[in-house]
Amino acid sequence: MDLIAEGLRKAFELIVSMDREVLGITWLSLKVSGIATLISVGIGISLGMIIALTSFPGKKIVISAINTGMGLPPVVVGLFVTVFLWRNGPFGFLDLLYTPSAMIIAQVIIATPIVMGLSVAALQNLPPKLRLQILSLGATRWQMVWIMIREARLPFMAAVMAGFGGVISEIGASIMVGGNIRGYSRVLTTATVMETGRGNFDVAFALSIILLLLVFSVNYLFTMIQQRERPR
Amino acid sequence: MSVPEVLLAAEDIRVELGGVAVLELPSFALHESEVLSVVGPNGSGKSTLLLTLACLLRPSAGHISYRGNVLVSHDAVFRFRRRISMVFQEPLLFDTTVYKNVASGLRIRGLSRNETRDRVAKYLKCFHCEHLAQRSARKLSGGESQRISLARAFAVEPEILLLDEPFSALDPPTRHSLMHDLEAMVRETKTTTIMVTHLESEALSMSSRILVLNEGRVVQTGTPSQVMSRPSNQFVARFVGMENILEGRVISRERDGLSVAVSGRVLHSAGDAQPDEIIECCIRPENVTIDNPDAAGAGNTNRFSGTVTHIYSSGPFVKVSLDCGFHLTALVTREAFSDLRLSEGTQVSASFRPSSVHVIRRSKAELERLKS
Repeated sequence: MDLIAEGLRKAFELIVSMDREVLGITWLSLKVSGIATLISVGIGISLGMIIALTSFPGKKIVISAINTGMGLPPVVVGLFVTVFLWRNGPFGFLDLLYTPSAMIIAQVIIATPIVMGLSVAALQNLPPKLRLQILSLGATRWQMVWIMIREARLPFMAAVMAGFGGVISEIGASIMVGGNIRGYSRVLTTATVMETGRGNFDVAFALSIILLLLVFSVNYLFTMIQQRERPR
Repeated sequence: MSVPEVLLAAEDIRVELGGVAVLELPSFALHESEVLSVVGPNGSGKSTLLLTLACLLRPSAGHISYRGNVLVSHDAVFRFRRRISMVFQEPLLFDTTVYKNVASGLRIRGLSRNETRDRVAKYLKCFHCEHLAQRSARKLSGGESQRISLARAFAVEPEILLLDEPFSALDPPTRHSLMHDLEAMVRETKTTTIMVTHLESEALSMSSRILVLNEGRVVQTGTPSQVMSRPSNQFVARFVGMENILEGRVISRERDGLSVAVSGRVLHSAGDAQPDEIIECCIRPENVTIDNPDAAGAGNTNRFSGTVTHIYSSGPFVKVSLDCGFHLTALVTREAFSDLRLSEGTQVSASFRPSSVHVIRRSKAELERLKS
């Protein structure tokens, strides 16, 4: 119990004192996962819409593959990204391994199937004739897409939250492709693992609490956007 | 009197789903200010026809034209869609306020804020929904939702209004009230309308023309009275409620009609056919009168004695099946039913006018088929 109390005290101290290193780690976590989520939202929602609104042979197989991708193990992603970015790998010339960019790439691969799978489900859950109703109101294709997104905004925001939650909390890929380099590619999850390994439970506790606060704040923001304009 | 302009036309339309033809329409024309009802059983292609005419479903063959211009290019189809409005069986309202729902078509068209506000207010008032303006569309009853859907469709002031069984999911009083308001709006705005329905009453109440579909083909088109009283074949006759369809042979053709042998009895019809021709005699059950067997005839030339075989309740009426040597069904009021003290086995007299007997002659194709 002392350990927990000490951890909470330390966390409070680190947060209140605005420790430069902790702030740096928090900011990098937010930046890497935020950019990765943004990219995966762009790819996931666009492809999700195409898959949900069009008919093509093998559609069910594609949706099954996406659903499988929603449970992609981060270490597997980390392994493949490492191999691809390795000095002798196909993209070794980019010199991205052990950089925040590599972490973003890995996180995009993890989050995209989550956002895409939930987007497909969100759109398929809308009334089948809604698209025809929108077009019959004289909408252009882009207006139709925008209205469909608005109609599915609740599950879409849930998809964004799930995508962000999936990448901010993952560790396997980040540590493999980022290297946990102090002041450069260290994020909250990798730092927590490292401090726990060293036996610095108070610092690990503090980092965990900050991570939880960060996830809560971002999700709170998303929820506010999600619930905005909903008439009573 | 000038002939109204053809607003929407279709030629050689064929729609296939999974390689099977679900709609074949050699020609179709909708005139300005016309109110057309499309009727037919489930799966007859009514909704497919409506979606095809709205250019929301691409036919595998044929073309649609609007005011003489064939709708081929994406741009032409898009401009056409801005002149129509459609209401589906489900209200399909957006997850926002009633006001924004009614305004949606206007916002899509980029109308100014003031004009949008005026139009929304006008059409909410027309459908008696002003008080719902700020309510969430998700919290409306079925009837209110369909009212808003109609207000949204009228708000864009379409040249053609397409209605796909808009009231079929509603209870009878709500349906009746909405139908009344819709009729008033269509009459007031003179909007050219196509309404898909499977309800005879809806088709009769507001249309200037009825088109009957079966298995993706038009089987009859005409004014409501033509379709209801002079169906072109057995299918239409049954669909419009002509429950008595009797096969007979023409015995003689006189100046005022035909004498037809039906199951060994002779009935008279005001229709036309050739002697010895096999025809179908169709009589609406409401045109059959039942009396006591000893009652004096009222000048009807068709009067048969018979026995009551079955009695069914049919809302405010009672349906009585009779064996008169041939099967005959009559629709009587509950008052007449109790006055006549009818029960199964009662001996009665059934009569109907020759003008109530509609004759269906067999088509050439049918005769060929029978010969072979």
